[in-house]
Amino acid sequence: MRHFFILLRHEVRLLFIAPSTYIAALLFLLLMGFIYWAIIRNMTLMPQDSSAINQFFSLFWLPVFFSVPLLTMRSIASEKNQSTLETLFSAPVPKFAIVLSKYAAAYILYCILWLLTLYFPYITASALPETISNASLTNSSAIMGSILFIAISGWLFIAVGIFTSSLTRSQLVAGMLCFTFLFILCVGAQQLEYATYAYFESGTFIYETIQYLNVFRHYQDFSLGIIDTRPFVFYGSMSLILLSFTVYMIES
Amino acid sequence: MANISISARNLSKNYGKTHAIKEVDFDIKNGEIVGILGPNGAGKSTILRILGGLTTADSGTAIVCGLPVADNSLETKKKIGFMQENNPLPEELRVREYLKLRAELKEIPKEIIATEVRRVMDLCDLFRTARRKIIRTLSKGFKQRVGIADALIGSPDIIILDEPTIGLDPHQIQGIRKLIDMLRTKHTVLISSHILSEIEKNCDRVIIINHGRVVAEGTKQDLADEFVNENRLFVTIEGNATIFSNYLDEAMLSYQIDTTFENEKNMTHFTIQSPKTFIISNFIRAIENFEDCNLLGIYLLKPDLESIFLAATKRSWEEEMNH
Repeated sequence: MRHFFILLRHEVRLLFIAPSTYIAALLFLLLMGFIYWAIIRNMTLMPQDSSAINQFFSLFWLPVFFSVPLLTMRSIASEKNQSTLETLFSAPVPKFAIVLSKYAAAYILYCILWLLTLYFPYITASALPETISNASLTNSSAIMGSILFIAISGWLFIAVGIFTSSLTRSQLVAGMLCFTFLFILCVGAQQLEYATYAYFESGTFIYETIQYLNVFRHYQDFSLGIIDTRPFVFYGSMSLILLSFTVYMIES
Repeated sequence: MANISISARNLSKNYGKTHAIKEVDFDIKNGEIVGILGPNGAGKSTILRILGGLTTADSGTAIVCGLPVADNSLETKKKIGFMQENNPLPEELRVREYLKLRAELKEIPKEIIATEVRRVMDLCDLFRTARRKIIRTLSKGFKQRVGIADALIGSPDIIILDEPTIGLDPHQIQGIRKLIDMLRTKHTVLISSHILSEIEKNCDRVIIINHGRVVAEGTKQDLADEFVNENRLFVTIEGNATIFSNYLDEAMLSYQIDTTFENEKNMTHFTIQSPKTFIISNFIRAIENFEDCNLLGIYLLKPDLESIFLAATKRSWEEEMNH
């Protein structure tokens, strides 16, 4: 574990000195700010079924599609390209520690970016106190549930990014692969559920499996405050599998 | 076998259908500086990468400090300082930061990291000039120094340098050569190069690789005895050199002539190839009897590594053709 923490400190430092990190963060916050502003504007125009925070986090997939590739595409691909990964291998460092440190560094940044969006409700509540009720804006159970979902789904999303970064030497290709994998992961299961809805009865094994894979269904549960252990197992185990594949990829 | 640092036993490695190395076998003793010499693509880097634990052999065993590398790669990496070919470094770090990180990864105790980093920077002449510089901004020579400093961190028993002087100018090459000389006896050093003069100047012993096989191994004298079947003499004659040329023709000795005029004297330099059985004293006596032709100088040219290398690789090609 000593090597992991040394490398994690190094990776976090590299992320924070890289201008691309700040560009990604700025784009992320601008996009999320715009989305939040649009949601608030809609709420002032017509009554809505769900709270602003629920609507906001239900669009989690949108920033995930561009921020995760941006945060992870460089991690292994560029090291492969510059052969610096080989230099790391010449030190007595376990390969899993190398992969895990890159994963953890990207995950920390991902979480920081999402945590920054939590200012939005509080900024709105203080800037527009008369427009929308504070309780609706800063509903703590909805915030906690949503942010918990973001945190655990991030395990898998970042693992996808790290894995795709290990498949190629090109950052661009890594980014495109990551986007494609995330798209299939998020939208694929949802579309599969819609497509098979008419063919499989609720409660059957196949229907349950498709539902188990549906990321949007996980979000719905979390946003309602339902903390189920199955998503923890799903995201945790899938992340571990992908990270193991990543170790295999860099070894080969 | 206690004084053996590195052993390669029948190492073979294929990349697809290409044989990178085939049944490579050698030993390196403690404190030796050994050069692995071979043309590009001969398999030098593959051997070094197997010894450094960066890749595994398809068959055979690499043993470092008594431990098989394949089964103890993390342990053996602690005993090796490795500088790769082209020396890839993280460009965005400063020299001191990079060396500190490497020291941490090499499990140097926290309390002596600063001292150790300072020691290797002093050794490689980085402290005064480059310690705060970002690696991206360094010249190729300084980058090589950073790579060597990294290899020296923790004073490992074995230093492996893969093409340490590639792409450097003569001044930088001389600097790196001095640095390698300073490692003599303190470390076992294994250097790969395709530059003959580098190996010749730095190494106690040479291993010549061709087409993934060890084709010759030993000190320069051993190799010269094995592969060079003739002496080369450098003779300087003053006056009418035709008599001397005729004599050489009669003796069926091949030679090259270079005529110069120095201090109004007509001097002719002959480089003569002679069999090893050739008796030089008889030769000198014969020259002394010539009229209009004085012997000014004669000396035996030592066989250089280039001729040894060419002879060794030629023999390996001939053997391959015969098979």
